[in-house]
Amino acid sequence: MADIKFDEEIDITDVVCPVTFVKAKVALEELEEGEVLAVTMNDGEPVQNVPRSIKEEGHQVLKLDDNEDGTYTLLVRKVGD
Amino acid sequence: MAKVDYGTLKKGGFMRQKQKNNFSLRLAVVGGNLTVEHLKTIAEVAEKYGDGHVHLTSRQSVEIPFIKLDDVETVKEELAKGDCRPGVCGPRVRTVTACQGNQICPSGNIDAYDIAVKLDERYFGRELPHKFKFGVTGCQNNCLKAEENDVGIKGATKVEWKEDACINCGLCSKVCRTGAITIEDGKVKVNEEQCNYCGRCVKSCPTDAWDTTTAYLVSFGGTFGNSISKGEYPLPLITSEEQLFRVTDAAIQFFDDYGNPSERFKFTIDRVGKDKLYEVLKEAYDG
Repeated sequence: MADIKFDEEIDITDVVCPVTFVKAKVALEELEEGEVLAVTMNDGEPVQNVPRSIKEEGHQVLKLDDNEDGTYTLLVRKVGD
Repeated sequence: MAKVDYGTLKKGGFMRQKQKNNFSLRLAVVGGNLTVEHLKTIAEVAEKYGDGHVHLTSRQSVEIPFIKLDDVETVKEELAKGDCRPGVCGPRVRTVTACQGNQICPSGNIDAYDIAVKLDERYFGRELPHKFKFGVTGCQNNCLKAEENDVGIKGATKVEWKEDACINCGLCSKVCRTGAITIEDGKVKVNEEQCNYCGRCVKSCPTDAWDTTTAYLVSFGGTFGNSISKGEYPLPLITSEEQLFRVTDAAIQFFDDYGNPSERFKFTIDRVGKDKLYEVLKEAYDG
């Protein structure tokens, strides 16, 4: 799969649940519909739960990249209300 | 004054208090849900006939303490007007407990409340050798603690990968807590031996690339009082409601047939033999 271009990025590796999701949600709110956000998160609880919560909010998850340093980057396309 | 029949009072959910002629009235509640109308009725009765407080029991019920013996019949009538039923105690099927299930909770695999209502309609108050408790939990998170019940039901999801819809994001493999999912050359494989049917792969999947079947894991012989023992899972995954109720029918009938008075299901199973129970359950499972 070709690399997906993103419009904004956010690092949530410095926070824990539930702030992880809140930070990602706020970042998504600031995007225009159709724009792509790259969210970098830690392995473990964040990668288990944040992508799912973003899906449940109705956004489109495009890809999950393993950065092979204990973090993952999730690419999400914003879907409007 | 007529002799007090404590047995009948207890059956009707009136628990004798240590204070003479005072009873704590247990209400029938299913799956921990009450409407606002129920709550209003309970509040009125507690204010008028109790001492103005209620107790939330460990099994999702409500008790109204300090009901006077002379008021028992009146209280029953007032509760009935508000569509509140007295609960039960003693040797019979007790309150069916449930978590919020998939109608409210994002993690739920089954409509736990709906299953609880159906179990309640089927068995509530049924006379047995000893108390008998059902609990329904929506998923592997087990908020409702299924295995501490005589029969515990846990919501599950059976999964099958849909290659066409998959974008190979890898999330399913990442969220799987049992390591059952591997991805090789873009093909997702689920190891049936390792899968615990939690459904996390389905819930995280961005493209819904899974065919799913709602299912149930059922445990038998749990008890969490004077003796503590975890219910066990002798059966494979149950994949329909009809099959579920065949199995619960068989379990309760086994207890009715073989249980000694005042013997909990777990001890009947131990005495009569697990093999014997499992044979009966397997037969019901197969239909």
